[in-house]
Amino acid sequence: MAWFKREEKGIITTTKEKKEAPDGIWNKCPNCKKPLHYSEQVENQYVCHYCGFHMRIGSKEYFSILFDDNQFTELFPNMISADPLNFADTKKYTERLEESKRKTGLKDAIRSAHGKIEGHNLVIACMDFTFIGGSMGSVVGEKISRSIDYCIEHRMPFLMISKSGGARMMEAAFSLMQMAKTSAKLALLAQAKLPYISLLTDPTTGGVTASYAMLGDINVSEPGALIGFAGPRVIKETIKKDLPKGFQTAEFVLEHGFLDFIVDRRKMKEKLGAFIKMIDN
Amino acid sequence: MKITFDFEKPIGELQQQIEKVQQVEEKTKVDMLPTLTELRENLQAKKEEIFGNLNGWQNVQLSRHPERPYTLQYIESMSTDFIELHGDRNMGDDKAIVGGFGSMNGQTVMFIGHQKGINTKMRQYRNFGMANPEGYRKALRLMKMAEKFNKPIITFIDTPGAYPGLEAEERGQGEAIARNLMEMSVLKVPVICVIIGEGASGGALGIGIGDRVYMLEHTWYSVISPESCSSILWRNWDNKEKAAEVLKLTSTEMYKNKLIDGIIKEPLGGAHQDPEAMINTLKQVLLNDLDMLKAKPADELVNERIAKFCAMGVVADEDLPENIAIEPEETQA
Repeated sequence: MAWFKREEKGIITTTKEKKEAPDGIWNKCPNCKKPLHYSEQVENQYVCHYCGFHMRIGSKEYFSILFDDNQFTELFPNMISADPLNFADTKKYTERLEESKRKTGLKDAIRSAHGKIEGHNLVIACMDFTFIGGSMGSVVGEKISRSIDYCIEHRMPFLMISKSGGARMMEAAFSLMQMAKTSAKLALLAQAKLPYISLLTDPTTGGVTASYAMLGDINVSEPGALIGFAGPRVIKETIKKDLPKGFQTAEFVLEHGFLDFIVDRRKMKEKLGAFIKMIDN
Repeated sequence: MKITFDFEKPIGELQQQIEKVQQVEEKTKVDMLPTLTELRENLQAKKEEIFGNLNGWQNVQLSRHPERPYTLQYIESMSTDFIELHGDRNMGDDKAIVGGFGSMNGQTVMFIGHQKGINTKMRQYRNFGMANPEGYRKALRLMKMAEKFNKPIITFIDTPGAYPGLEAEERGQGEAIARNLMEMSVLKVPVICVIIGEGASGGALGIGIGDRVYMLEHTWYSVISPESCSSILWRNWDNKEKAAEVLKLTSTEMYKNKLIDGIIKEPLGGAHQDPEAMINTLKQVLLNDLDMLKAKPADELVNERIAKFCAMGVVADEDLPENIAIEPEETQA
């Protein structure tokens, strides 16, 4: 006989009344830990009802939030990473790529598309953090570069949504040179007098911050986003002190003069549309 | 030859043997010339063998040798009447990046470079060659001045990275580097960049957009230092040698991957063995290039510079058979 006997069924809920909830219908807000229903999340553009926390989302969600009627034409959709250095650390780079593709359904850490925002034509390139940490390799650089060419050719503004841990180490110096490539192309966009809006989302760090993300005619962000050049851990190790609260948040970066404004995701389309309209008129 | 590293030990041993034989010769007055000749030939062959087959990590070690010539030594030996210029006109003067006008064979050149310290005190003063945002902004101010007066620019790159400090973040390290990348790509004067030691990531690239980008033979250039790469990918510092291999950061591999325009040979054993010879070799290359680049119209210079950087990178198309890697499109610049 067991040494422990349950006198009553269940502890909080009675076992009889327990129901299986299908996965993915309910989520917890990563900040306030309150439960959020999936359909409410979509409706609220992945911002927590309770605390206003902006959850990390990808290109699919940003496109649907920003493009009019979620209508757009994807540009250069078949571009994928090569493995120019035959790179392997604990795992082969090619295996890492395959695994990421399988898990995310994406082809690399960026998608680019032509569509309209509040009736104005534009190209949006958006990074996906779920694909190898949104790291910038040749595909990211090349897609941005060709998207800018497309903007110059068709005379339209360019919106870049950054979300990245920085350069992709598996492409080593190739990925470093994407910083040079994208910055050079942005110089041409500037010479063509076309607007460039850089939206820095959580997180934007490393080589991405040190190239296209900081070069917008306007740099904007979402509340609470982590934005920095060096990662917080590296800085902490360097200065051997704890970092002040709020260090490297969008609010901190705004205060130091490197952002034009922070906008709630639910008002983003309206505000960016208004800016483009100002320039277009 | 000075012996510093483990991989140089066989050379040291041969040098000792030669010394011993010479001592014996002096004492006994016996002619040892045949033995000495043989040993000297062996020594030369050994040096060539070792320095012709260095691996990534050994190159990284050489690039950090504390007796290598640093930026100011290059500038002062190559040019006359160097006038150092200070400050970014906003925040302060960064000691990790130096710059100013100098005269090289009669022509005025804007020299800019990372500066490391030559002793413990100076290393601290120079922040180990790790620049803050004001360093990059000073560099940009000087480059713009060079453009204004139509003078060519030469940059010397030697940094373990941009400084990852609290104030650096506050003052926009990322923005400072990004701005330089964009502005340098459209400078209307010739720009030549040379990696003379360490070329670590954005901190190096921040003064590294040029019509010609060279690496000295035993330097390295990559997106991250082997130590940090090891700590990120293997979660420890023990794989730095392996990281140095997989990053393909040597001059030979960078040239093979078309990420630099050329390699400048160092004196046998590294630049620190004969700084004067190193500086002269480099000076000749720079003078030749300046003649060539100055003959080009400014627009052509800018277009070619942009096109060169835009061609860097390798992508594939999933619709092509076997995902054959394709070269990025030629830029329309």
